[in-house]
Amino acid sequence: MDIKSMKNYLYWLYCQFELITCSYLMEPWEKLLFYTFNITMLVMVLYTAYIFVSVHISTALQFFLHLFGNQHENTVSVVK
Amino acid sequence: INHIVHNGGLYKRPFNEDFEETPMLVAVLTYVGYGVLTLFGYLRDFMRQWKIEKCQNATEREEQKDFVPLYQDFENFYNRNLYMRIRDSWNRPICSVPGAKVDMMERVSHDYNWTFTYTGRVIKDIINMGSYNYLGFAQKAGTCQEAAAKVLSQYGAGVCSTRQEMGNLDKHEELEKLVARFLGVESAMAYGMGFATNSMNIPALVGKGCLILSDELNHASLVLGARLSGATIRIFKHNNMQSLEKLLKDAIVHGQPRTRRPWKKILILVEGIYSMEGSIVRLPEVIALKKKYKSYLYLDEAHSIGALGPTGRGVVEYFGLNPEDVDVMMGTFTKSFGAAGGYIGGKKELIDYLRTYSHSAVYATSLSPPVVEQIITSMKCIMGEDGTTVGKARVQQLAENTRYFRRRLKEMGFIIYGNEDSPVVPLMLYMPAKIGAFGREMLKRNIGVVVVGFPATPIIESRARFCLSAAHTKEMLDTALKEINEVGDLLQLKYSRHRLVPLLDRPFDETTYEETED
Repeated sequence: MDIKSMKNYLYWLYCQFELITCSYLMEPWEKLLFYTFNITMLVMVLYTAYIFVSVHISTALQFFLHLFGNQHENTVSVVK
Repeated sequence: INHIVHNGGLYKRPFNEDFEETPMLVAVLTYVGYGVLTLFGYLRDFMRQWKIEKCQNATEREEQKDFVPLYQDFENFYNRNLYMRIRDSWNRPICSVPGAKVDMMERVSHDYNWTFTYTGRVIKDIINMGSYNYLGFAQKAGTCQEAAAKVLSQYGAGVCSTRQEMGNLDKHEELEKLVARFLGVESAMAYGMGFATNSMNIPALVGKGCLILSDELNHASLVLGARLSGATIRIFKHNNMQSLEKLLKDAIVHGQPRTRRPWKKILILVEGIYSMEGSIVRLPEVIALKKKYKSYLYLDEAHSIGALGPTGRGVVEYFGLNPEDVDVMMGTFTKSFGAAGGYIGGKKELIDYLRTYSHSAVYATSLSPPVVEQIITSMKCIMGEDGTTVGKARVQQLAENTRYFRRRLKEMGFIIYGNEDSPVVPLMLYMPAKIGAFGREMLKRNIGVVVVGFPATPIIESRARFCLSAAHTKEMLDTALKEINEVGDLLQLKYSRHRLVPLLDRPFDETTYEETED
């Protein structure tokens, strides 16, 4: 019965979303327009995050490694 | 004589009123909802103008398109795009007496609330939480109905004249004597329509050169009467005595605006119970201020007569004050007496003046005889003069129902405005989609409620307003509460954080007001 209660909970969440954004009051074609716009925006944001966040993280990691690596090399050369 | 100092000495019982603040998240989400609806409103208006969609609302004719536009202001935009979507919660046709249970005609709309058709089915026995039936006198059987039927067969239904010409029946004289006795004033006069009582009599009492101090949330009839009179109107914050005192001081010190002459009259307009907030006026303080600054008080007891006080005499009895302190006591027969019309009570000179100078007495038709008989019978029942204790039992039942209902709703976690003793219970909804959803869900569960939005309330503070009645039994209230609980969980309306915000004005001390107990 966990699946059923999960489905009920998700349906209740969807109802809350409908009430808050007033799509409960819209006619079907308005709802279609509104959801299409929202889903398009959401997909674009997620895609942008997917493409750019991994590149940014790896660049940042490289930068910090280079910084600490340089420092390590400098200290080693002084000691030498 | 022992002076019991309790809340500064003016109040003989605790005054519990609270208006919980709107939670920030709820306010933001409400604005989001209104924003989305506004955008779609613009889209629909664009489509209507470019003939992509059929225009079903009122527009100007083709020849008048170059004139000053009639339907471009915000009210009309709101009407077309927001009100139409949830219009099925209002103007519902009922087809039985509006007692504790009511029958309603079912209607459906196939074009999203622009037109309605009746399916032919009648929804029976809907628990009525919306009618102003405080003492349960809206009945189709009983002593009131029999007396009214007898008078109808004796006098007929129409009066066909105004009070001053040929419409002054002996029934009206009897009614006025009874009303004066009920209120504890010298004399009273009854009019055919409650709204007209306010809007037609305030111009007879004040004119140019007078000052009217009216509460922020006064009813449209008081506002209309004040504007028609031509007097200067100043508004004080709702139930806020510091604001009222400041206005009174400024009025006395500075006088009329240009000439600095003293005002001819200062009239304070307040209501007994404010029907949108459920708050009760702070009458002891208002009377103390009125006596200190020598002004007049006009008290509109439309919702509080019959509903407050141990014997139902209204807000004056609720606070234990003297009715002679209020200069003009106005009320209506619509709410607690199950009839129609309004009255004004006061000193004999005042009422004799109004008999001659009131617009309503000169031009409006007087009360219809069966309606007068309904008022007389119900008033005698409340006073106990018909030999039974039915009236007293009803007043007590209403008080019990009020306390029980309010306590249970607060415990469930809803935000409820107003005073603990007022039978008008506003439950906050805030979001526009929830207004429509609440009305529809409650009707599905066989409970009829009244939901209110803009322009009767501020735009984010929309609410559902319950009016309790002595005719509601505890079982009906329990059923209603169970359904409200269910709908509250379904729509997530339980916003309250159980945090009682203390009343915003400072506590009164002895230096500000006169002591009235002596």
